[in-house]
Formats: sequence, structure tokens, C-alpha cells
Amino acid sequence: MNRDIDLERRKALKTGGGIGLMALFGALGLLQPGKAFAEWNKTAFSSKSMDEALAALGVEKPDNSDAIKLTVPEIAENGSVVPVTVACTLANVQQISIFVDKNPNVLAANFTFPQGTEGIVTTRVKMGQTANVVALVKADGKFYRAAREVKVTAGGCGG
Amino acid sequence: MGNPMKIRASVKDGVTEVKVLMQHEMETGLRKEADGTLVPAWFITEVKAQHQGRTVLEAQYGQSISKNPYLLFRFKGGAVGEKVTVTWMDNKGDTRTDEAAIAA
Repeated sequence: MNRDIDLERRKALKTGGGIGLMALFGALGLLQPGKAFAEWNKTAFSSKSMDEALAALGVEKPDNSDAIKLTVPEIAENGSVVPVTVACTLANVQQISIFVDKNPNVLAANFTFPQGTEGIVTTRVKMGQTANVVALVKADGKFYRAAREVKVTAGGCGG
Repeated sequence: MGNPMKIRASVKDGVTEVKVLMQHEMETGLRKEADGTLVPAWFITEVKAQHQGRTVLEAQYGQSISKNPYLLFRFKGGAVGEKVTVTWMDNKGDTRTDEAAIAA
């Protein structure tokens, strides 16, 4: 319940004025137990380099792993929509993070997997230029990584 | 409240696959209009998926996620007719929740 209260306060701080208040009441209707969100990791998502992002996530140098299958196009004609699939055969996957190492903010997404959810996720990312897509996987408390380069012929920033 | 999501969930061999297409601009805050003014950041920051009230996936998004985010994931369990609920929240505090029944 505490997390619900925190979210309410957060929303109350973020919003203001009549429209904001309406949004707040709307959100309150959604706030059943167990529906509160985890805190967004601002430091990690504002990181400008891989090292910075890994530090913000509290990760030491992770090992490369063949158990992570990272599926990305070799060449992306449109950098604004690059499909990324991370599938791993590691047991007990707890977390998958996806980075684009040359983007202004390198961390694209961070997925948390409860027990019973399989270690696969597909998303689409923006890429400003040719860069490495990096997948970071936490399985059984240990971190692993895999990276692949995607050549971008038209950037995804500023269109 | 944002625009509705498209959610498809189907169960096969005891594993439910969920595909979600959210509708959101996902502005990075780095893009400029033709006149040079910066378009403010506006993007989904958090996503949560639940099956019958149990959380099956949580995600945090950054500015690098594409416009109209697509998401695919799989969880063990699920039966035809049961509900999968997806909720997102953006950096302006707007949220949207949609649900779909699991198909065969």
C-alpha cells in the first residue's frame, strides 16, 4: 500500500491545475493494490555512456554470453524503428536491459521478469547513427551481455 | 488518457504470448521544430502487464524507444478467456490501461 501512496504523492507533485487534478483522479481509479509502478531510474536513463549506465544500474563488468540471442537487423534503413529481440536460454532470467551505445541517452529499456515469465522480449528502438545494440541480462543474480552492430543509413533523431 | 493499445494474447503449449502496440509519440526532447524550438520530451516511462491480477512483466522505457512502442513477451500459464491487462505511464503522469482476453 505504501507504494500506492508514494505514486499518488508523486503524481500530485507532477500535476497541477484543473486538468492535472482530473488526471490525478483518473489515475486514482486505477490504483488498486499491486498496480503501483516501480520507480523510474532517472540516473540510468539519463546516462550518456555505457559505463555510466552500467554504474547507474549497479552492474560490474558483465561477461559476454552465448546464451543470449540478440536479434537485430544488420542494416537499418530507418533508424527511427529498429526491431530488437533478446531471447536467452539462461535459467531464472530476472532482468533484461537494452542499450544503444551511440544514442544521446544510451539506455533504451529495462524489463523486469517475475517468476514464470520467459526470458524473451521484443521491442523497437530509435538509433541516431550506426551503433552497437547491447543486451544486458540478469539471470540467477549474475549479469551477462551480448552486443551486435546495426548500420543505420538514415538516423532516427530529428527525422 | 492516451489512445487505446492493441493487445493480442494467445496461449499455446502452456505458454501465453502477448503482443502489445501502444500509441504514443515518444518525443525524445532532443528534436527541433523547423523554427529551431525544441520539442519537449514526452515518452512512456513505465509499462506493467498483469495476468489475472498477477504481474507478468514490468518495463521502464527511455527516450530511445520508438514511436508507438511495440512489445512482445511470454509467460507460463494462462488459459483461453483469461484477461491480460497492460498499463503504461508517461513522463507527464498520463496513464492508460487496456485489457484483452487470451485466445487459443
